[in-house]
Amino acid sequence: MVASGKLRASIRAMAARLRRRLRSAARRWADEEALQRGWTRVVCILPCCVTLASCREGPLDPQGPVGQAERVILYDATTIMLAVVIPVILLTLGFAWWFRSGNRRATYRPNWEYAGRIELIIWAIPALVILFLGGIAWIGSHELDPPKPLDSRVPPLEVEVVSLDWRWLFIYPSERIATVNYLVVPTGVPVHFRLTSTSVMNSFFIPQLGSQIYTMAGMTTQLNLQADKPGSYAGFSAQFSGPGFSDMQFTLRAESGEGFTTWVAKTREHDGVLDGASFAELARPTRAGGELTYGSVPDDPFDIVAHGHLATRWSAKEAL
Amino acid sequence: MFGRLSWSSIPFDQPIVMGTSATVGLVLLALFLLIIIKGWWGYLWHEWITSVDHKRIGAMYMILGLVMLVRGFSDAIMMRTQLALAAGHAQGYLPPEHYDQIFSAHGTIMIFFVAMPFVIGLMNFALPLQLGVRDVAFPVLNSVSFWLTASGVLLVNLSLFVGEFARTGWLAYPPLSELAYSPGVGVDYYLWSLQLSGLGTLLSGINLATTILKLRAPGMGYSRMPIFCWTALASNMLIVAAFPVLTATFAMLLLDRYCGFHFFTNDLGGNPMMYVSLIWIWGHPEVYILILPAFGVFSEVVATFSGKPLFGYRSMVLATMVICGLSFVVWLHHFFTMGAGADVNAFFGIMTMIIAVPTGVKVFNWMFTLYGGRVRFTVPIYWTLGFIVTFVIGGMTGVLMAIPPADFVLHNSLFLIAHFHNVAIGGVVFGAMAGYTYWFPKAFGFKLNERLGKAVFWCWFIGFYLAFMPLYALGLMGATRRMQHYPDTHWQPLMVVALAGAVVILLGIALTAVQLAVSIRQRHVNRDHSGDPWNARTLEWSIPSPPPAWNFTQLPNVQRTDAYWHAKEEGMSRGALPSSFVDLHLPRNTPVGVFIAFFAVILGFALIWRIYWLAAVGLAGAVAVALVQYWRTDREIRVPAEEVAAFARAHAPPGHDAPSAELGPVVPGGRS
Repeated sequence: MVASGKLRASIRAMAARLRRRLRSAARRWADEEALQRGWTRVVCILPCCVTLASCREGPLDPQGPVGQAERVILYDATTIMLAVVIPVILLTLGFAWWFRSGNRRATYRPNWEYAGRIELIIWAIPALVILFLGGIAWIGSHELDPPKPLDSRVPPLEVEVVSLDWRWLFIYPSERIATVNYLVVPTGVPVHFRLTSTSVMNSFFIPQLGSQIYTMAGMTTQLNLQADKPGSYAGFSAQFSGPGFSDMQFTLRAESGEGFTTWVAKTREHDGVLDGASFAELARPTRAGGELTYGSVPDDPFDIVAHGHLATRWSAKEAL
Repeated sequence: MFGRLSWSSIPFDQPIVMGTSATVGLVLLALFLLIIIKGWWGYLWHEWITSVDHKRIGAMYMILGLVMLVRGFSDAIMMRTQLALAAGHAQGYLPPEHYDQIFSAHGTIMIFFVAMPFVIGLMNFALPLQLGVRDVAFPVLNSVSFWLTASGVLLVNLSLFVGEFARTGWLAYPPLSELAYSPGVGVDYYLWSLQLSGLGTLLSGINLATTILKLRAPGMGYSRMPIFCWTALASNMLIVAAFPVLTATFAMLLLDRYCGFHFFTNDLGGNPMMYVSLIWIWGHPEVYILILPAFGVFSEVVATFSGKPLFGYRSMVLATMVICGLSFVVWLHHFFTMGAGADVNAFFGIMTMIIAVPTGVKVFNWMFTLYGGRVRFTVPIYWTLGFIVTFVIGGMTGVLMAIPPADFVLHNSLFLIAHFHNVAIGGVVFGAMAGYTYWFPKAFGFKLNERLGKAVFWCWFIGFYLAFMPLYALGLMGATRRMQHYPDTHWQPLMVVALAGAVVILLGIALTAVQLAVSIRQRHVNRDHSGDPWNARTLEWSIPSPPPAWNFTQLPNVQRTDAYWHAKEEGMSRGALPSSFVDLHLPRNTPVGVFIAFFAVILGFALIWRIYWLAAVGLAGAVAVALVQYWRTDREIRVPAEEVAAFARAHAPPGHDAPSAELGPVVPGGRS
C-alpha cells in the first residue's frame, strides 16, 4: 500500500511538471516578442545571410576591371534571358491549367496543330535573343581574352606562376624574388601572368579579380588581371588535380604602390634562395601547404618547366 | 601468375567499403537463394536472360538503370554529407583518397550506367512498337549490346571490392590519369568497363538506327513517324558518330598506360590537351544522345494527354535534326579556360548558343500543344510540366556559361554542377520517369499507382530545387567543384540545405520502389484490358498490353501521323481480326549475349590486373561464342498461324471477332 501511494504521488508530480512545461511553452509561443527574438529573426536573417554571402568573395563582388566587366556580362545576359524564360514558365503552367480537362470554359481544338504565324514567332524569339547574346559573346571574348593586355598607362607587373603538387609558386622575374602560396601586387597596376605546371593540370583562379586560366605542364598560358583596391583576395585551383587539390589555396594581397615597393625591398632581404635544389624540393608532392618566401632567384626555373624539361611522377603513396 | 592482383588489393582496412561489400554480398546471396528456392531460375533464363525480344531487353535496360541509380545516388548522398560537414578546418568523414573515387564513380555511373540504360531501354522498348514492326533490325545483337553494358556495370561495381576506382573525375583527364600520376588500377577499371559498355552502346546505336531507317510499317514514311522515333533516330546517329571517338580516345590512353606510348603524357611529345579535346568531341554529342529521346518522350506525353496532335510536327523534326547536327560543333565550350584564343572561343560560344534556338522552339511547341487541349493531369504530364519549368532554367544557365567571359568565372564552379544537374535531372531523369510511367502499362499490362507516382514526382521536383539551387548560389560565391573540404564556413548552411534536398530525392527513389511493389500487388485493379489506357495516338497502343512476342498480328498500313488516333476516329477499333493468319518466324532466344558478356568480364578483369593469360582466355571465349552463333542454322522459331490466331481471338474485345480489315491489308510473311 505504501509503495502504491508513493507511485501515485510521483505520477501526480510528473503530471504537474508536464503541465507546467506545456503551459510555459504555450506562453512562449503566444508571446510575440519572444517570437520576434526567435523564429522571425531566423527567418529574416537567413535569406539576408545568403544574399550577402553570395556577394562576398565571389565573382559577384569584383575588385578589378576584368571581374567587373565579367559581372556586367553575367547580369546583362541573365536579364535578357529571364525576359523570355519567366513568361515561358508562366504561360506553360497557365495553358496547362486553363486547358485542364475539367474546365468547361476552355475551348477544345482537337485538330489544331499548325499555325504559320506562330511558327514564325517561336523561331524568331529565341533567334533574336541569341543574336543579341551572340554579339555579347563575340565582343566579350575579344575584349576579355585572357592574354590581351589591359588598357592602362602603367606598364604591367610581370608574374610567373607555376602550379606545383599541391602549392602555387609565384616568381617575379624582374624583381628576382619568389613566393609560395601568396603573392603581393600593387593596386591599379595591371598584372601580366605567365603560367605553367610541373605535373598535372590546374586552373589559376582568384574569383574577385575575374578570369581563370588552366596551367599545364610543357605549356605556357597567359592571363591579365588587376586589383583596384587594397585587400586580401582568396585564390585557389579550379581544376581537380589529385589528393591535395582542396588545399591548393593561396592569397593575393593587393597593396598601394608604395606598400608594394616596400614589400619588394623587404622580400629581397629574405635569405631563401630559389635555385635548382630548392625548386626540386618544391616540385615534390606535399599536402602541407604554408607560405614560403625566396629573397633571390638566381636562375628563373619558369622556362625549363614551361618547355616540359621536367618530368615528375607520383609514387603509389603520393597518388593517394 | 595473378599480375598485380593479391590479397592486399582488397581494402580490408576500410570499414565503409567492407560494410558495403558485405551488405551487397548478402543481398545478392539472398536474391540467389530466393530464385533457387522459388524455382524461378528456368523462367529467368528462358524468358529474360536469353531473350532477344526488344521489349524484354528494353525492360532489362530500365531495371539495370534503376539498380545503378541506387548505386550512383549512394555516392551522391555520401558526397553531400561530406560537404555538409567539411567546412573550415573540419575534414568530414571521407579522406581525399576515398572522396575522389566517389565523385569519379558518381559521374561515371550516372552518365554511362543510369542515364544511358534508361534512354536506350526506352528506345528499345518503344521504337519497334511505334514503327509498327516485329522487332529491331538485329535482335541477337541487341541482346549482346545489353549484356556488354551489363558487363561494364559489373566491372565498375567490382572496383568497389577488389582494388579501387579512378580518382580522376568522370572524364579522367590526363596527365592525372596517366601512369605517372595514377599508378593504381582505378583508371584501368574506369577505362575497361567503359570500353566494354561503350562497345555495347555503339552496337545498340547501329541496331536502332538501322531499325528506324530500314524497318518501318508499310506506308510509314519519315514524315509519318512519331516524334519519339525522330528523336531516337537523331540520338542513335549521334551514338554511331560519337562513340567510336570515345573508344579511340580511351584506346590511346590505354596504350599510354599499358605500352608506354606518349599520346597524352607530359613528356616526349605527348599532349594532354588533345585528350581533353577528343573526349569532349564525344562528350558533347553524348549530352544530346541523352536528352533528345527525353524530348521525344515529352512530345508523345504532351500530345497524348492534351488530346491533340503535337503542335508544329515539322518544326519539331527540323529542330531535332538541327540539334543533332550542331551538337558536333560546340565541344570546345567545355574548356574555354584552356587558352584557345578569342576567335575560337567566340565561335564555339556562339555555336553553343545557337542550339538554344531549336531547343527554345521545342519548348514553345510543347506549350502550344497544351493550348487548346484537354489536359489530363496524370503522372507523365506532371513530369513533363516539371521538366519544362526546370529545363528552361537549366537552359538559361547553360547559355550564360556559353558566353566565354562569363565562363571564365563560372567554369568548374558549383554553378556548373548545378547547371548540368539541372538539365540532366530536369531533362533526362524526368524524361525517363515520364517514359517509364507512360509505357509501363504497355510493357506489363497494368498501370502504375497514380498517387505514389505523384508523390515520387514531388519528391524529385522539390528535392532537385533544394539540392541544386544552393549550388548555383555557392558557385557565384566562388565555390569550385570536387573539393573534399572548403575553407569558407559561410558556405556551410547552403551545403546543409543541399544535403536536405538530396534526402528528399532519396525519399523519391525509395517511393519509386514502393510504387512498383504496390502496383504489382494492385495489378488486378489497374489492369489495362484495352491496350490503350491513355487514349493515345501512336501504333504501340493499337495492340494488346503486354504485346505478344510478335508485336503486331498484322503489320499496320500507315497513312498519316498519329496513325492509331485517326484509326480510332474513323471508327476502326482495335482488336478487329484479320481475315486470315499466317505462320510467323521469330528470332530464337539465345544465350550468346550473356556468354559473350561473361567472357568480356573475364577479359576486362584480367586486363585491369594485367593477368595476360586470363585475358587471352576471355578474348578467345568471347570470339568462340560469337563464331558458334554465326554457324548456327536454327536461329528462328516458327509461331504457327493457329497460335497467332488464338492469341488474337483471346485479346479481341467482344463484338469484334468477325473478320474485317483494319488499318489496311494484311502483310504476309514473318518478321518485316
